Amino acid sequence: MKKSNIIMLLAAILPLGLFLFPLWKITLEAPQYPTPLGMYIHINDFSDANPHDIKNINLMNHYVGMKYIPDAIPEFKIFPAGIIITTIIGVIIAFFGNYKWFLYWFILMILLSSAGLYDFYLWEHDYGHNLDPKAIMKFTNPDGTQMGFQPPLFGSKDILNFKAHSYPRLGTLFLALGIATSFIAYLVGKKKHNKKLTM
Amino acid sequence: MKNLFKISIGFLVIAIAFTSCNDGKSSKSNGALSSNAAEKVYVAPGEHDEFYAFISGGFSGQLSVYGLPSGRLFKVIPVFSQDAEKAYGYNEETKPMLNTSHGFVPWDDAHHPDISQTNGEIDGRWVFINGNNTPRIAKIDLSTFETTEIIEIPNSAGNHSSSFVTENTEYVVAGTRFSVPIPQRDMPIKDYKGNFKGSLSFISVDPDDGRMDIKFQLIMPGFDYDLSHPGRGKSHGWFFFTTYNTEEASTLMEVNSSQNDKDFIAAVNWKKIEEYVNNGGGEMMPANYAHNVYDEETHTATSTMKKEVRVVNPLDVPGAVYFLPTPKSPHGCDVDPTGEYIVGNGKLSANLTVHSFTKMLSAIENKKFAGEAYGIPILNFEDVLAGSVEQPGLGPLHTEFDGKGNAYTTFFISSEVVKWKLGTWEVVDRQPCYYSVGHLMIPGGNSQKPFGKYVVAMNKITKDRYLPTGPEVTQSAQLYDISGDKMELLLDFPTIGEPHYAAGCPADLIKPRSKKIFNLEDNKHPYAAKSEADTKVVRSGNIVHVYMTTIRSHFSPDNIEGIRVGDKVYFHVTNLEQDYDVPHGISMIGANTSELLIMPGQTETFLWEPKQVGVWPFYCTDFCSALHQEMQGYVRVSAANANTPLKWSLGEDIE
Repeated sequence: MKKSNIIMLLAAILPLGLFLFPLWKITLEAPQYPTPLGMYIHINDFSDANPHDIKNINLMNHYVGMKYIPDAIPEFKIFPAGIIITTIIGVIIAFFGNYKWFLYWFILMILLSSAGLYDFYLWEHDYGHNLDPKAIMKFTNPDGTQMGFQPPLFGSKDILNFKAHSYPRLGTLFLALGIATSFIAYLVGKKKHNKKLTM
Repeated sequence: MKNLFKISIGFLVIAIAFTSCNDGKSSKSNGALSSNAAEKVYVAPGEHDEFYAFISGGFSGQLSVYGLPSGRLFKVIPVFSQDAEKAYGYNEETKPMLNTSHGFVPWDDAHHPDISQTNGEIDGRWVFINGNNTPRIAKIDLSTFETTEIIEIPNSAGNHSSSFVTENTEYVVAGTRFSVPIPQRDMPIKDYKGNFKGSLSFISVDPDDGRMDIKFQLIMPGFDYDLSHPGRGKSHGWFFFTTYNTEEASTLMEVNSSQNDKDFIAAVNWKKIEEYVNNGGGEMMPANYAHNVYDEETHTATSTMKKEVRVVNPLDVPGAVYFLPTPKSPHGCDVDPTGEYIVGNGKLSANLTVHSFTKMLSAIENKKFAGEAYGIPILNFEDVLAGSVEQPGLGPLHTEFDGKGNAYTTFFISSEVVKWKLGTWEVVDRQPCYYSVGHLMIPGGNSQKPFGKYVVAMNKITKDRYLPTGPEVTQSAQLYDISGDKMELLLDFPTIGEPHYAAGCPADLIKPRSKKIFNLEDNKHPYAAKSEADTKVVRSGNIVHVYMTTIRSHFSPDNIEGIRVGDKVYFHVTNLEQDYDVPHGISMIGANTSELLIMPGQTETFLWEPKQVGVWPFYCTDFCSALHQEMQGYVRVSAANANTPLKWSLGEDIE
């Protein structure tokens, strides 16, 4: 097996780390929460950072009319299937494809990941803006529009008494490493190919 | 002539005490600058104390939890007295905790807390404490800081030489201060002598769940068994009890029970008696005593009446009990960390007597007896004496140890703590107490491993130490730094009720195990509603059960109709919260009981018997959230013969 194909095989397998580690973590800090509230987003689940955190986030959020964080969303079925399919494609490419296919896989993964992130953003936006009209507390921005409570996609943001942090976790790192590795596989494969041509 | 001599010595010591007191005050003002006492007790905002101190509430019947060195009060744990704040003894779940053979007893006198031990070291699992008046032993679970078990002690009165644990918490021991007829019977009081008995109860503690059970009661002569401590290390397997009133007087005790030059320390070889009992020894005697157990999963206590108890006659177990003569009505009975020295704090004696365990064993082996009392061998005073601290002060009561070869004894009359050396018996230091100190406590004091950094002195008289509050003033404790050669007074702090003994340990032993919430999933209360969907109102006859929930910031249901005058309405309220420090409270207008204060995941019940037609509100009594003021509801009460249908709702009008 060629060196570039071995690298590609590694690239295809790395995203499976998403099944072991969370994708993202949202943390909410407030003076009343010396242990911050936190939620992990896995490829197929939401989970508490500490026991009962999601229940307590929901309790906080109901004051401003935010919906409960659902137990399950369609993405929990679509995303795992997407990862498994792309991994299988990647493995097939690693065994039978050449460097050009590595690049196609790389582009495919970039597109799918971007779509995933955009989907996450849309959910967050809806979660933070689609509020119950009977909300206990209604806040408006200085310009008179309704205040939203969307957590940041990436980074930290003050939302009322909370400071929200949103950052990728180990699962995302595995995915990113996989994608980057496929590009390395492409570069290594291309270099070798060009060498062959020049010889 | 002898008395005159003693009195003059007494005055001399008082004079010395007063002089040293003045010296103490002047040096304190300098000392505060140079030593910075304030800094030593300062625990910055948000930081935690180094030690927990569990200080008995005495006649409050409760147990208080303090931090050391700050002297800050964190919690008053209800034990033997009803507590309207926490609904202890008021709600349906905890009423059985205060059941006794005399019926519901809402109060007691809580004296001597002691923390459970493993291998002679404090393990921080439970605290035991005795109820002195209606003899009981309580167990407090240190993961919840709640009283989870109370066992009544039959054949006992004035349960004072209690509740001290052995090295592996094999037993918690409870002794009788006021001897009584055993079994109780109608007889002339003047026939006390020879007829009254004192029982020493050995209560086994299950090593896993801490369940208590009276293994046996030793039926001793009718003396007053005042205090006790277990042997440890080399003397593990023995227990030592001070006695007074060996005169067996029954009236004008302050004179009549102070006549004998020496009373006894009773040395009990409990291992020997345990073996005897395990082989079927002793006899089951009819009795009637309550055993009350609180279940953390049902959040409910049950009270069971036990009908017999195993009693042992000490004469049936040769070699199990000996009397060690000890001068003048000894009070505290304290064993040093090595288990060699047994200190008898002869409260009317000028000297402090220390017995040697090794010498006691060899005297027993050589059968050198001075006589016997009711068949129990008395050893020779000289044969068991390790030494005495000569005229250290007036009115010695209690001694604790720092684990570095020093002992600290309180003197009630001369109002001071005196530090002396084990083995050489020399007095090293003395510090005044304000005023008239009773017990003292070094964290880990009743164990092989004391943490000799601080001593807390618990005083009986307060007078002018704090801002006055009318004729009744707070009780006072004082904290001394004992890490150096000389003791240094750091802090005065007020205490609840009247503190007797206290127990302390490093916070790290308890802090990590302290529960934050009760898991709702584990709630097995028969009337729990674990979600709003489970809430309902059920009538059978004139009994109505309301299955109610609380979560920020509403009750479910919050409108109830169809209740009638004369109903007995049980509100079973489950707190659905699963977040740290989010209790909800509830109270109903006119309820003849206390509020409930329900921790997350817990279910509690109060009874309401409506007496008037109308619409009556209830509300949350704990400021739970931003919408706390909105956390309220209504119950419609119709006439006794009305046909208003039983209905309940949340968030919609009752149709």
